[in-house]
Amino acid sequence: MTTTLYTSDHEWLAIDGDIATVGITDYAQQQLGDVVFVELPKVGRALKKAEAAAVVESVKAASDVYAPVTGEVLEANEALAAEPALVNSDAQGKAWFFKIRIADKGELGGLMDEAAYKAHTA
Amino acid sequence: MLAHDQDSLKRTPLYDLHVSLGGKMVPFAGYDMPVQYPAGVLKEHLHTRSKAGLFDVSHMGQIALRPKSGKVEDAARALERLVPQDIVAIQPGRQRYAQFTNADGGILDDLMVANFGDHLFLVVNAACKEPDEAHLRAHLSGDCVIDSLADRALIALQGPKAESALAKLCAAAPAMTFMDAGPHDVAGIKCFVSRSGYTGEDGFEISVPAADAERLARTLLDDPDVLPIGLGARDSLRLEAGLCLYGHDIDTATTPVEAALEWSVQKSRRSGGARAGGFPGAERILAHFDQGASRRRVGLRAEGRAPVREGALLFANDAGGEPIGKVTSGGFGPSLNAPVAMGYVPVGLAALGTKLFAEVRGQRLPVQVAAMPFVKNTYKR
Repeated sequence: MTTTLYTSDHEWLAIDGDIATVGITDYAQQQLGDVVFVELPKVGRALKKAEAAAVVESVKAASDVYAPVTGEVLEANEALAAEPALVNSDAQGKAWFFKIRIADKGELGGLMDEAAYKAHTA
Repeated sequence: MLAHDQDSLKRTPLYDLHVSLGGKMVPFAGYDMPVQYPAGVLKEHLHTRSKAGLFDVSHMGQIALRPKSGKVEDAARALERLVPQDIVAIQPGRQRYAQFTNADGGILDDLMVANFGDHLFLVVNAACKEPDEAHLRAHLSGDCVIDSLADRALIALQGPKAESALAKLCAAAPAMTFMDAGPHDVAGIKCFVSRSGYTGEDGFEISVPAADAERLARTLLDDPDVLPIGLGARDSLRLEAGLCLYGHDIDTATTPVEAALEWSVQKSRRSGGARAGGFPGAERILAHFDQGASRRRVGLRAEGRAPVREGALLFANDAGGEPIGKVTSGGFGPSLNAPVAMGYVPVGLAALGTKLFAEVRGQRLPVQVAAMPFVKNTYKR
């Protein structure tokens, strides 16, 4: 059973036990426009909450993707590096960025559920 | 998101059209302009290269330079006091690229100058139009009336289908060649048409009375080959075409020689020419022609996929050392499906194929000095 939470910086986290799969929201990809480049964190990297973890670039500009929680990177989506346009076509599905082992579940308390995120972007 | 004060922004005569087409409006040079439409920058860019794109460039300044003597040569001679180009040699019905220079040989603005037979027609950058007009008034008022054509819109139609799209409304269009310019009727409207643009593609720029601009734009957009294109794709198109953006690739600190714009300065204005010098900063600019400049604007291609953007520092080596230059424009080239950039480097590192490194997010990424335009231009010569 996974739960999906959201950050105010437009990342989503699908949480399964102590592992979170992280990506950017559909709202974020619409704001960015056509994504042409994605830089992913290295597997094994220890990320601190709110640290720049990945980069997503559209034709126009580069944006950071922040670590929504503290933890170790378990996996990075190499399919996304090869096909950055996946961010536009399936932001909250195939275009996940990385998986992280959540160090402190207490950090999840500050995140939004879907209803709160919808209100945040309305 | 940039906060912007809608109230202080000016609107072009095509503002309502942009909004009705779903344009995403952003502030640019004091105007509320469409950065993209629902198709998005990538599709808009590629559509312009494969079919035709319509751009609103009404924010740019249009100025008529009318000789008080009635002789256009007198306006041309007067304008030569402010630019290093041969303006006298521009034949009626022709247009030329030029730069206003300052006393240090830097560039105040770049512009287009057309000879309309009895006067000169200038198109200048939006952000510079007020200082440009003041500059013209300060220096040329003795010889010319400087007439700001604020009641005109400017529409660019660019791409391989631009000719066929315009031909339906303007019988004279197909016979025009690159840099032809003059008054022509378009859809029954008195326009100024030039065969030029800022994309590297064949195409036209159409100056139209503001009151008729929306009707003309909508008529052009009725052609299924023509899509509206925003400023985002305008920038990626001009970057692939190796064309300078004022305030970024050229400014008051760059001379035309440093900017690799020697081709735009005719022999008649260089040392030994019939009208050598006589423009602001001539001493420095001619010295750059005669002895060379120490740095040069070059094209850069990245080896990887990461875009190298404006402001990235350039290094000779993958570690250590001081920066040797800086990227002045850069991004992703949709037609090349690869990053492209331009920037300034010391002349000793300006040769094609020279390997350099661009610093992006703390990493030095390998780049190579590459020929411009990055995408072959398709001007109708």
